[in-house]
Amino acid sequence: MSLTRATLAKDLRLEWRSKDAINSMLFFALLVVVIFSFSFDPTAEESRHIAGGLVWVAFLFAAVVALNQTWARELRNQVLDAYRVSPAPANALFLAKAFGNFIFVIVLEALMTPLFIIFYNLRALGPAWQLPIVGALGTWALVVNGTFFAAMSLRTRSREIMLPLLLFPISIPAVLAMVEATSSILTGEYSAKFWIVLLAAYDVVFTTGCLFLFEIVLNAE
Amino acid sequence: MKKVFPILCVVTAVLLSYALYQALEVAPTEATMGDVQRIFYYHVPSAWTAFLLFTINLVASVIYLFRRSVKADIVALVSAEVGVVFCTVVLVTGPIWARPVWGIWWTWDMRLTSTLIMWLIYVSYLMLRRFSSSGQTAMLAATLSVFGALCVPFVYFSIWFFRTQHPSPVIGGGGSLDPRMGRVLLINWLAFLFFAFVVCWSRYRLEVVKREVEEAQAMEDLALPRSAR
Repeated sequence: MSLTRATLAKDLRLEWRSKDAINSMLFFALLVVVIFSFSFDPTAEESRHIAGGLVWVAFLFAAVVALNQTWARELRNQVLDAYRVSPAPANALFLAKAFGNFIFVIVLEALMTPLFIIFYNLRALGPAWQLPIVGALGTWALVVNGTFFAAMSLRTRSREIMLPLLLFPISIPAVLAMVEATSSILTGEYSAKFWIVLLAAYDVVFTTGCLFLFEIVLNAE
Repeated sequence: MKKVFPILCVVTAVLLSYALYQALEVAPTEATMGDVQRIFYYHVPSAWTAFLLFTINLVASVIYLFRRSVKADIVALVSAEVGVVFCTVVLVTGPIWARPVWGIWWTWDMRLTSTLIMWLIYVSYLMLRRFSSSGQTAMLAATLSVFGALCVPFVYFSIWFFRTQHPSPVIGGGGSLDPRMGRVLLINWLAFLFFAFVVCWSRYRLEVVKREVEEAQAMEDLALPRSAR
């Protein structure tokens, strides 16, 4: 646990001083929002139905930007090799990275949500208090698998391309759940309960899977 | 073993042609759909074979994770490759049938969508194998295969719930099959299984030889002095 805390604190401090990840994510998400607004007419009624998909696609793409940088930093000066030979448990490192990415993406979402509301005239017709739950569960689903696959694609050629290729197919059910939950809350037409439960189950299963298999991926040589 | 292979090839060829004859001539013409329905004898056996191969891929990957056996890794690779081919056949024959019968090429129905997602997952598996550097491929691919398998129930449930809100045409929902059609279907499946097995086997041998060559090359590259060889 102390290793998790130390690595997380280190990553957050690095990010706080450089602001590399958050700046690139923010700008990227902003571009996606603007480009999407050209591809259809953002009137209130229309946009309420598609906003769920739009918001999550923007976050998904932006998250990949941050996820790609997760491990790249550790490659310099062979930091990752040092982790590997140290007796520290691999999962502590994984959790630190996943929490770090989670915080980055949550900050991004907190900053982008007002923009979405302004640009697309959004107002939730359903229970709005469920939105943060969907946001947190959905972000964790993206980030936990993303951190794992980023470690995996580290070992491939052209790793920046590899990450989305691995992450997106596995994430399809989670993305569907996030989009449907968000749309159902925004339109208030049906309940988001099923999707929230599905997302929670997805989170539990894949977090367990990552923790079981991360050591293998870290040490694959 | 070397003698068995050609015999197996011949048996497969005979079985495939017999199955073709059965599907085109012997099986009764479907009452409402007509001859288009005969594609069913290729579509369904391909789907079953693909799912069987994906299951084999998962089992081989898990065995690899526990035992680190090279054979298991090759089996996983081969079953994924051939499985993707059969899955592609399913995805291509489906729309050909759907166009005259449903009037549309594609619908985001539960089975279609989940098969497509399954196909995507295994294509990404093959991409990973293609892109990763040789030493780590097996381990990474085995992990991804486990992740893909974890994903299957989620795909199924999410699409099921998603699509039951917007009803769409689904075949075979409790419908009964003419026993003659069922028999032809099973013959075709048997032929397809033989075919898949033959392809997998030759691909397996190819992969074994390929790895032996690579190993020999690597040994040479160790730059032993010529006299030491």
